[in-house]
Amino acid sequence: MSEPSVKSNPRATCKMLWTLFSVFFQIGAFTFGGGYAMIPLIQRETAEKRSLVPPEQILDIVAIAESTPGPIAINAATFIGCRCAGAPGALAATFGVVLPSFCIIFVLSFFLRRLMQFAAVRYAFAGIRAGVLALVCRAFFNMYRQCPKGSVSYFVGAAALGLSAFTGLNVLWIVAASALLGLLFSLLPHQKKEG
Amino acid sequence: MIFLTLFWTFFKIGLFTFGGGYAMLPLIEQQVLANRWMSLESLVNFVAVSESTPGPFAINIATYVGTETAGFAGALCATLGVVTPSFLVILVVARCYLAFQNNRVVKGCMRGLRPATVGLIGGAVVTIGLAVLCGGNPAAAVTTPAFWCSLVIFAGCLVLAFRKAHPLLLVACSAAAGVALGYCGAWG
Repeated sequence: MSEPSVKSNPRATCKMLWTLFSVFFQIGAFTFGGGYAMIPLIQRETAEKRSLVPPEQILDIVAIAESTPGPIAINAATFIGCRCAGAPGALAATFGVVLPSFCIIFVLSFFLRRLMQFAAVRYAFAGIRAGVLALVCRAFFNMYRQCPKGSVSYFVGAAALGLSAFTGLNVLWIVAASALLGLLFSLLPHQKKEG
Repeated sequence: MIFLTLFWTFFKIGLFTFGGGYAMLPLIEQQVLANRWMSLESLVNFVAVSESTPGPFAINIATYVGTETAGFAGALCATLGVVTPSFLVILVVARCYLAFQNNRVVKGCMRGLRPATVGLIGGAVVTIGLAVLCGGNPAAAVTTPAFWCSLVIFAGCLVLAFRKAHPLLLVACSAAAGVALGYCGAWG
């Protein structure tokens, strides 16, 4: 947990900020799918190639990125940046990971609508939408497998599914209520084991 | 005004999503549809575009919705909105992350949030499934060739997906099938 000491030396600070920015820029520019797909790359670039983070800390970082709000990639970048060089480091790393996406999508959005004028592209997307449904199904099953099981989990999961699919209830309320429910159950005295 | 709405909407999305990628889909779906920024169909299209371009889904969709509704400044506001909650929370947590990890309140909340995320994605499977396969009208859809073609592509992709095929391969295969079937008149 030793933080690289860059506090007193402005040149070293600048170098560290540049390293953070460029490493996370590469990570942002070369991972397809984001989130979990980024973790192996983050591990290789920050822990194995450079010693920005101790290798044994990667798992902690993933766990924290999962249990704090927001995209995993952003959370991990901000966390590593912050550990290396405080708030400026967090800013450099986050800016780096966001910039490639932002530029690519910004440019792409001008073509996307024009492309839809072509029949072939519309046909392709009609097929792709069915493919995306399969991807969302896979995400659902993967998350189901990783989720701790138990009666509370099944209840919260089923309620969230039913409410979000068949009522117009705001998802924000479902999220807030489930956090509260989980908290209340964990405060009950009788339980011993997790999930 | 639109800039503030974009920022605030994506701020909420960033603040209330736990777990990355598809965990964001239910919230984005609801917020984007409620604001009439995109149709469900073009949102599903964009999921495929996002899978085929680098970067996190949340950033991609924020940038896209922002650009489509209010140009460059809109893209900036939306992206800033989705990043800000993460950024602020992590800035605090990074200073005391050992205490955070072992905190009983955090653990308790996660006990509810993790299954809720699974359930919400399940909800997205239902709503997206209805839209993609049935076009919003389940009763009439069964008689159309589009329904059966979508179903066949979906089934094929499901097999690919569970054999851990790369999402890009899946997008490419379903696109090829879509074009082939399209020239046979499947999509009407």
